[in-house]
Amino acid sequence: MSRRTTGLAIEAEGLTRSFGDTRALAGIDLQVPAGTVYGLLGPNGAGKTTAVRVLATLLRPDGGTARVFGHDVVTEADAVRGRVSLTGQYASVDEDLTGTENLVLLARLLGLKKPAARDRAAALLAAFGLTDASDRQVKKYSGGMRRRIDIAASILNTPDLLFLDEPTTGLDPRSRNQVWEIIRAVVAHGTTVLLTTQYLDEADQLAGRIAVVDHGRVIAEGTPGELKSSVGSGTVHLRLRDPAQRPEAEKVLQAALGVPVQLEPDPVALLARVGEAGTDLDASAQAARALGDLARAGIVVDDFSLGQPSLDEVFLALTDHPAVPADERDDQLEAAR
Amino acid sequence: MSNATTTERAPSVYVPSAEALATVLAPGARPPRPSALGASLTFGWRAMLKIKHVPEQLFDVTAFPIIMVLMFTYLFGGALADSPRDYLQFFLPGIMVTSVVMITMYTGIGLNTDIEKGIFDRFRTLPVWRPAALVGMIFGDVLRYILAALVILGVGLALGFRPDGGVAGVAAGIGLLVVFSFAFSWVWTFFGLILRSEKSVMGVSMMVLFPLTFLSNVFVEPSTMPGWLQAFVNVNPVTQLVAAVRASMSGSSDPSSVMWLLAWSAGFVVVFGTLTMYRYNRR
Repeated sequence: MSRRTTGLAIEAEGLTRSFGDTRALAGIDLQVPAGTVYGLLGPNGAGKTTAVRVLATLLRPDGGTARVFGHDVVTEADAVRGRVSLTGQYASVDEDLTGTENLVLLARLLGLKKPAARDRAAALLAAFGLTDASDRQVKKYSGGMRRRIDIAASILNTPDLLFLDEPTTGLDPRSRNQVWEIIRAVVAHGTTVLLTTQYLDEADQLAGRIAVVDHGRVIAEGTPGELKSSVGSGTVHLRLRDPAQRPEAEKVLQAALGVPVQLEPDPVALLARVGEAGTDLDASAQAARALGDLARAGIVVDDFSLGQPSLDEVFLALTDHPAVPADERDDQLEAAR
Repeated sequence: MSNATTTERAPSVYVPSAEALATVLAPGARPPRPSALGASLTFGWRAMLKIKHVPEQLFDVTAFPIIMVLMFTYLFGGALADSPRDYLQFFLPGIMVTSVVMITMYTGIGLNTDIEKGIFDRFRTLPVWRPAALVGMIFGDVLRYILAALVILGVGLALGFRPDGGVAGVAAGIGLLVVFSFAFSWVWTFFGLILRSEKSVMGVSMMVLFPLTFLSNVFVEPSTMPGWLQAFVNVNPVTQLVAAVRASMSGSSDPSSVMWLLAWSAGFVVVFGTLTMYRYNRR
């Protein structure tokens, strides 16, 4: 009975797509193994949404080919549609309708008879903690509830491939965790998930493999571990009580860590990348030693943290530009649509 | 939750349960796809639900037609006929056609705003008959057309409209009007898809609808017009429609107008339905 599939869920080669003068996709290659969560990581305007829309048959590529479970997304769009579901960046449900009405509507469109559609809707609403809100219009839902009804709508037919376009953007931490749990449950049941995100930690938490996308291309691909080790496993962030001690702190840190220390715009803050590939010590040991050295030097530290590299840092390491300016491209893209 | 009473009205927090999710995720047999008509009717049901939740959207099919009937009956009635009541016998089928044909433009405006929202992305990734979402939307609009026609009929009857065709003639007239309006709506789905904003759809609609409805036999007999205008009026589909509806409501029949209006209707569906679906698929 299981529809678990093996092999590749998505194979894309050289996908291109432009909007006016803006190249949203500049030759994307993707190979997504079935039964996994695959992360597309990149800033706004990198081309993630365009890639998802092409793969979900909503947009025709200008060039290149893409297959979903072996079906071409252009010439066999209908076969692809039978196996995928999409949760877009903006609510892909009708905000004027209630939760129940939305799910019954979609269940009917998937071919369920009215009583079966009602049962399915009720079961999904219960599983997603929306039973109390089932008769309320979706526009009255909170952000987290909207996301949940959206995902519930996407798994009505237990798709083989689920596209989630920035599913947690704009959610509070609790709602985000709920969505993560749901995604884990979905993939545990054999559905392949293609997830786009701007957050490295989200991709790290969920995805088996990640493709980093920038300017419409995949600039790096691998497991989260591989990606992070390519930029160093962590970053030490430090805030001092006294800005006058910063030059001293910089020297101590540099000596302790053996890496260049960056001075941040904030006059009490410093930053250093630790755990670079090739060093003997792991990141936490290096950081602990640095903290000890600072204390011995009489430097008062108010705030000390060791974290994963941010998306910005991954970007800086992989490209030579920060992730932020692409926002402007995004605006152009929006305008071009 | 056992401790729910101890906290001060804390809303119960949703905790995703793996077991509950597992139950709904268990893949069942996929049901067969709905038929083209079934899918369209389901989309039509969506339109009904939207009317239920946003009843204000019925203003344009109730208030607007009433104003049209009252305004023109009393504006032209004295000048063009012996009395508003006499004029109404000639005018009511025409103003009914004008109002309903004008209301068809809301199909385009509605689609233009609707399609910007994420819900259409979901519809377009469903494995259903492609035109169903649009056909269903127009089914919903057809109900609005019928409502508008009935409102106008009601106002007309109250003001003294007495159709010789009786119930059957009036029903047949409204039927012809609905058939034409369904077909004509495809013009607006096309414009709703190609134009960028609701405002531009409105602008184009007005530019098309004013000449189409006013340069016709709705208000006066075409024989009073200059020859070049008569030439346009006579090929105008609205003229054919009004002639057919007028004949039907007055208890006679006008087979040539009926034939023309059905030909026009078929043409609109074929040409603009095709263009609409082309744009819809390629958006």
